Amino acid sequence: MSSRDAMLARIRSKVSKGNDEARRAAVDAHLASHPRNLIPARGIGDDEHRLRVFTEMMQAVGGSVEVVNDINDVPHAAADYLRNSNLPAQLRRGQDAVLAKLPWHRGTLEIAVGRAEESDRASITRAFAGVAESGTIIQTSGQDNPTTLNFLPEVHIVVLEAANIFASYEEAWSKLRGQFGEGTMPRTVNMISGPSRTGDIEQTIVRPAHGPKNMHVIIVR
Amino acid sequence: MPEARPRVGLFVTCLVDMMRPSIGFAAVKLLEDAGCRVEVPDTQTCCGQPAYNSGDKADAVTLARNIIAAFRGFDYVVAPSGSCAGMIVKHYPELFAEGTADHAAAVELGHRTYELVSFLTRVMKVQKVDAQFAARATYHDSCSGLRELGISAEPRQLLASVEGVSLREMTDSNVCCGFGGTFCVKYPDISDKMLEKKLKHIADTGADTLIAGDLGCLMNMAGKLKREGSAIKVRHVAEVLAGDMATPSIGEAE
Amino acid sequence: MEASAATFPANVIKALADSQLQYAMTETGPRFQTKRSVARDALPEFDALRDQSRDIKNHVLDHLDIYLERYEAKVQASGGHVHWAATAEEARAQILEICRKANARVVTKGKSMISEEIDLNHHLEANGIQPVETDLGEYLIQIRNERPSHIIAPAVHLTRDQVEADFRKAHTHLDPNRDLTEIPALVEEARTVLRQKYFEADAGVTGANFLIAETGTSIIVTNEGNGDLTQTLPKVHIVIASIEKIVPTLEDAATILRVLARSATGQDFSNYTTLSTGPRRDGDPDGPEEYHVVILDNGRSNVLGTEFQDMLRCIRCGACLNHCPVYNAVGGHAYGWVYPGPIGSVVTPALVGIENAKHLPNASTFCGRCEEVCPMRIPLPKMLRHWREKEFERHLQPASIRWGLRFWAFAAKRPKLYQFGTRIAARVLANMGHGKGRLRNVPLASGWTKYRDFPAPQGKTFQQMWKERAK
Repeated sequence: MSSRDAMLARIRSKVSKGNDEARRAAVDAHLASHPRNLIPARGIGDDEHRLRVFTEMMQAVGGSVEVVNDINDVPHAAADYLRNSNLPAQLRRGQDAVLAKLPWHRGTLEIAVGRAEESDRASITRAFAGVAESGTIIQTSGQDNPTTLNFLPEVHIVVLEAANIFASYEEAWSKLRGQFGEGTMPRTVNMISGPSRTGDIEQTIVRPAHGPKNMHVIIVR
Repeated sequence: MPEARPRVGLFVTCLVDMMRPSIGFAAVKLLEDAGCRVEVPDTQTCCGQPAYNSGDKADAVTLARNIIAAFRGFDYVVAPSGSCAGMIVKHYPELFAEGTADHAAAVELGHRTYELVSFLTRVMKVQKVDAQFAARATYHDSCSGLRELGISAEPRQLLASVEGVSLREMTDSNVCCGFGGTFCVKYPDISDKMLEKKLKHIADTGADTLIAGDLGCLMNMAGKLKREGSAIKVRHVAEVLAGDMATPSIGEAE
Repeated sequence: MEASAATFPANVIKALADSQLQYAMTETGPRFQTKRSVARDALPEFDALRDQSRDIKNHVLDHLDIYLERYEAKVQASGGHVHWAATAEEARAQILEICRKANARVVTKGKSMISEEIDLNHHLEANGIQPVETDLGEYLIQIRNERPSHIIAPAVHLTRDQVEADFRKAHTHLDPNRDLTEIPALVEEARTVLRQKYFEADAGVTGANFLIAETGTSIIVTNEGNGDLTQTLPKVHIVIASIEKIVPTLEDAATILRVLARSATGQDFSNYTTLSTGPRRDGDPDGPEEYHVVILDNGRSNVLGTEFQDMLRCIRCGACLNHCPVYNAVGGHAYGWVYPGPIGSVVTPALVGIENAKHLPNASTFCGRCEEVCPMRIPLPKMLRHWREKEFERHLQPASIRWGLRFWAFAAKRPKLYQFGTRIAARVLANMGHGKGRLRNVPLASGWTKYRDFPAPQGKTFQQMWKERAK
């Protein structure tokens, strides 16, 4: 018997009470229906409520948030942010179609496209979703917004469309299933709540640890 | 109010019986003042917790059966200890298989068993006691009473009604003092470290009297306080509520 | 490094005498406790989420074989590989084999308790592969060749001065005159040193907080971002996880995630929660080319279907450690193996044998704080008591304790004898108190009188006086 079969047989002998058919049916029904459990009230509310809670929660974990009314204002906002952070006017982005169409010249920004390189100081990504209840950004991997952009540069700027700010993680799961199919996931889904930190020495919180030092979210209303 | 003058079986507990009967008499006074008829079955010994917590389930079962029999027929069973009451309320039912007569009897006993102070407040609806006791006191929450029976506000409420008692909270009043039954003799060094932290929190309050609801914890804390020559007096909550200032505090002579 | 659970009493004495450790531990518990309490109070649904989390894991354990099969099929469908390891040895061999196939020389590692459990680092080193821990706490203990002293804060026993000294020893290529007095400088140095390792690494090993059966996804939760760099940059990503990490769906994972960080660090959500499914896809510019999951049993299936099953609900948040007065007194290393604190005292006997860990279940006052804070509502004192029952059955407790207990129980089962005995004992002990109200020494009770006086009894038993009063 393979190690696999031996392990599974052993587990089965411990948990099965001769009711394997019923147990299998229970598992498959649960996986197929993936019911929601209790969802905290905190994030639930209208657009303004979700935007406000998201902002408060993101700021509470050390991220910064600004709101623009026109997505074409993003380059300018990003350029301002970099200038105020004493960083060069350079950004790395992926091939995300929405980001690609932005008037980057307005911010007099130098834009590179692709995965993050070691020398990149700042990146910009477009969020798949935001979650109000904990001030969390969700990014999916792929050429549009490569995963390395979320981690390697010291500044991570995120474009988050207000319509994509959900109350809870569960709504983001629904969007994932809608986009990728039931039971199917992109290689990586990153849920990010603020810049990198550690408390490993004397429980003193220090930012950053290994990831970005600053996370700046530009919400597009 | 429950029925007039309920018949209460006092579960003295083995520590109070042997070490400090004054707590038992204070309990009797409080129960009688609250309108109870108190009886003390003489076939009671120990609740069996030392055996149960040492993994000796067979002896725990035998001792539980003895207590169940000793207290059959009382309206209520009251113990001046959260630990022993907790053993009966929370753990007796675990000793017997569900569906057995023993289990049913254990559950039934559990339903009418109380720790003293919470019995006074919850069942007898006592809101204040008529007692005097001069003390700047701090109250330690014994673990079993707090976490198995949810006793926290009750002793503070009644203590506040004692004329002459002023209460000050210590940091971490809900953290174990390091007694833990046989733990404190099996692992004296860890126990002492826990006790050291507890005594510091007690001292920081500036209290002259330490009060708690379990004699095991009290003997542990008093033992180290007295070893260190502390003047802090250590008292069971029942003694204070009964206004018994005459009996020397724990670990002290007349 | 080889402390052992069997030498617990000696470990304890060492820990209590270690002033650096005692200094480090002074603030640890209280800080963690406060943070959790604030996070709990801010979420009214917290306790209801704990109930649901418990129910989810109970459902999983009752259907574990089936969920593991469904999980495996999904991993394979996404292009990943699943390896089944019944023992630590098998897991080590499988990981080494994957690394060898990838010609790996440097392997970065995210924080993983399973890696500690199977002692992976020493195995890789012995086979010419350099493992590099990237979680700061794990890195600190790796350069000290120690085990973690806490499940989520592995280096919580260290002070900044010790870290500075260790860095000066380990990072000899850096300016010896650099200023490392402040904690941010230490963190910055670790960031710089480890950043290079991420790029050098040929494989990255991470643990998993959850494995999702619905999608074949592994989840890691970190604050530093080290796990993400570990699993994104090298060609190969190896996940090591134990069988009980399964949760059914994304929804179920979300529920448990809501209690995890709050219980652990008091955060609403950890900085980085990362869901990984298979290797990089066509057109992906980054991510690993290979994705492997090693699923470990290592004794866990022994407790399925027994009175110990509830321990498998554990999500390794560390709350029981943070609230345990024993853990806070002696620190994690005294427990002698990988998992310290209350959950360690429950899990260790299951994985290494109760005869090799017989002290651990006894080193508890049953104060109940662990169960009170456990997000998965594991009845930890009850589990400890079950281990004591096993020890009692097998006569593993010291003879003095066993005989003392037997003697006492013999009397307690005989009310008349008991009353006679207690009357004598009360009288004798009271006389020994010589009117001082306490005793400095009591025969056979040195454990008590080592640090405390023994309050003398009042002289008569309550039963005796009650009968006198009735006359």
